[in-house]
Amino acid sequence: MLANYRVLDLTDERGILCGKILGDLGADVLAIEPPLGNIARRQGPFYQDVPDPENSLFWGFFATNKRSITLNLESSKGKTLLRTLIQKSHFLIESFRPGYMDELGFNYKAVKTINPSIIMVSISAFGQKGPYSQYEATDLTGMALSGMMYLTGDVDRPPVRVSSPQFWTAGGASGAAGAMIANHYRLKTGKGQFVDVSCQQSIARALSHAPQIWDLEKFNMKRQGPYRPVGQVNLRINWECSDGYINFIQPGGHTGGLSMENLSKWMDEKQMGAEVLRTTAWGEIGFGRLSKNLLDQMTPPLETFFKTMTKSELGQGAIERRILLFPVNDTKDVFNHPQLLARDFFREVTIGEQNDKLKIPGPFITATGSPLSSFKRAPTIGEHNLEVYSEIGLTSPEIDRLVEESII
Amino acid sequence: MTDAFSGVKVLDFCWVAIGPMTTRYLSDFGAHVVRIESIKRIDTIRTATPLKDNQPGINNSAYFANYNSGKQSMALNMSNPKAREIALRLVEWADVVTENFTPGIMERWGLDYHSLKKIKPDIIMFSASMQGRGGPFSNHPGFGPVLTALSGHTHLTGWPDRVPTSPYGAYTDFLLPRLAVAAIGAALDHKHRTGVGTYIDMSQLEGSLYFVADALMNFSGNGKVDVRNGNKHPFSAPHNAYPCKGNDRWCTIACMDDVQWQSLCRLMDREDLIKDPLFCDTHSRKENEEELDLILSEWTREKDAFQLMTECQRYGVPAGVVQTCQDLFDDPQLKDRQHFVFLDHKVIGRHAYDGTCFQLSESPASYKPAPLLGEHTSWVCKEILGMHEQEIEDLIKSEILV
Repeated sequence: MLANYRVLDLTDERGILCGKILGDLGADVLAIEPPLGNIARRQGPFYQDVPDPENSLFWGFFATNKRSITLNLESSKGKTLLRTLIQKSHFLIESFRPGYMDELGFNYKAVKTINPSIIMVSISAFGQKGPYSQYEATDLTGMALSGMMYLTGDVDRPPVRVSSPQFWTAGGASGAAGAMIANHYRLKTGKGQFVDVSCQQSIARALSHAPQIWDLEKFNMKRQGPYRPVGQVNLRINWECSDGYINFIQPGGHTGGLSMENLSKWMDEKQMGAEVLRTTAWGEIGFGRLSKNLLDQMTPPLETFFKTMTKSELGQGAIERRILLFPVNDTKDVFNHPQLLARDFFREVTIGEQNDKLKIPGPFITATGSPLSSFKRAPTIGEHNLEVYSEIGLTSPEIDRLVEESII
Repeated sequence: MTDAFSGVKVLDFCWVAIGPMTTRYLSDFGAHVVRIESIKRIDTIRTATPLKDNQPGINNSAYFANYNSGKQSMALNMSNPKAREIALRLVEWADVVTENFTPGIMERWGLDYHSLKKIKPDIIMFSASMQGRGGPFSNHPGFGPVLTALSGHTHLTGWPDRVPTSPYGAYTDFLLPRLAVAAIGAALDHKHRTGVGTYIDMSQLEGSLYFVADALMNFSGNGKVDVRNGNKHPFSAPHNAYPCKGNDRWCTIACMDDVQWQSLCRLMDREDLIKDPLFCDTHSRKENEEELDLILSEWTREKDAFQLMTECQRYGVPAGVVQTCQDLFDDPQLKDRQHFVFLDHKVIGRHAYDGTCFQLSESPASYKPAPLLGEHTSWVCKEILGMHEQEIEDLIKSEILV
């Protein structure tokens, strides 16, 4: 869809998702790496656990659908080249510490002078300005300041983050949305603009209704382990089964009522039914209107039943019987999830010197009318130097000289 | 000043979270969004807490309001067969049609992409569903909070010795709208240049996997199944939430290298730890992490969380208070960014909406309160569909515009 656009992607491991999304949508995304490789390539996990810039599995996913060129931004020749690239591009994305682009001589004002129609997206922990803008941030400290951690974890232990980093990818996704909104403005006016993304806000906007509950009720929602507070009771969401965990909740209403009735029938079939499950008019109980008494009665038979089967058996049975029950997948389960396999979601790419085959998540949408471009594996360091620098008008000897001088 | 999406017309069948959040980005940036709703099939979150004065009522939910600011609401009872004709006339008006029902519902109403394309060949249609169209689980119903179970997030959240917790709420439902907006923006661009429309099918599960990709890649490349590990980080210590003064007060501290660790030792007035073989480098600190966390906890326990954070930051050590929702409203950085926007809702009164998480220099977001159910039915019928008063009344009586 975005085949007409060129994106300069200066991001490190923090803003890296933004360009990936635009690349998925068909834009020509140029990852601009320092001559020794992007710092994101030092981010694990590494293929076969061998730390090497060409082995980063992190890069292996987040740089798919990008091309790579190298460029030393701190050299004067490198800056000249960047100016040429800016003239010939439509988007510039960066995720350096706020102020660094200014030091390089490429703040938005300077970039705009070179190309008034370019859209510049800056992704940072807290935004370009403001009292925390120069704060050091990591995924952990960011998730804390964004309000997500207080809501997550077991009630008798410290709040937790998700063990796979979320803070920067949330910001990267915001950057892609901001870029495409700015693009629509440019379609109408021809003007570029500056998009200033805050990762803190990107997570703070993912707290469901918790901020509004504070606003209206002056009540601070708090972590509840495998339970979810709904109305007057805590509904259990994650349950043990024979080989792991499943997700099951009694959501109430019509859909939830059918789900409970079907589950009760299934338990009856297995001679594990319970009177309370059989006789309650589930469809008439609204979301969160479950009484504590009913909850206490229904929980033990469910617990016992779930422990007799695997997450896969329970998940498959739930599909057949339209029960709102789902396996708690680990990463191995995800790769075997029947629906993902049926939709051919995973793509095969090559990695490492031996060109080994690797399955990775495919694009986030399917589109007809304007189909997505073919899926490209993550590039090696400077893989497209010759190609790209030729495209912007450099001759082979000029490119060779830049390599000799360690500019690219 | 022109809004980014001014002139873009959106017919919005979305409900609950992921859909309305997507179209809210469109309305915040100037699109004309008409939401189709019905008293006969109330959007679940219109009844969800928090409610004005804690009283039930279809216009009382601040949860709903937050995801629907700036939209118009048109009452249209899709279960009445005559409603389809009105919906199709609105399709003719629209540039973009959005929906996030369980696959099968739009088809049942005769409002699938093929039908819409016949009426309007260049229409852009966006569908989001739990697990995408096609495939054995396509029609299985579900709500956003279960997606973190399917995606692997839940398995990766909590403590290794306990049942997993889940990231709070319908977590991925709030991230995916940003991917959706990028895709809709790309489709609008494509239509602008070529005149060709697009159908976008988004599986919420597939998009969610982008946010756990590093762990998926570790399985794919190394056959390793990552497990939730509290706040631990494979290559960093200290890296935890530490107790502070007060009830359930915590501050996170993360030393990502030796330099940050040494700064922290100086701040703690414990320069002896820098050379201590138990803690001198990352490897030894990881080996002795429990003892390290005890030393830090003793030091943090009587400190004010915010003062501790400020001190750490002054020493260049990453630190962040575990903020409650109340804290977010007082957060000086979020205030500076106008993260919460206070708008006057006709029933709820003045209350907080989330602002956008990115600021645009030339075409900033602008906000209007959320609509009451059916607030704009009459306006849409007259101004967009050219109906007369009598016709509208008849359609209300026959339970179509309800």
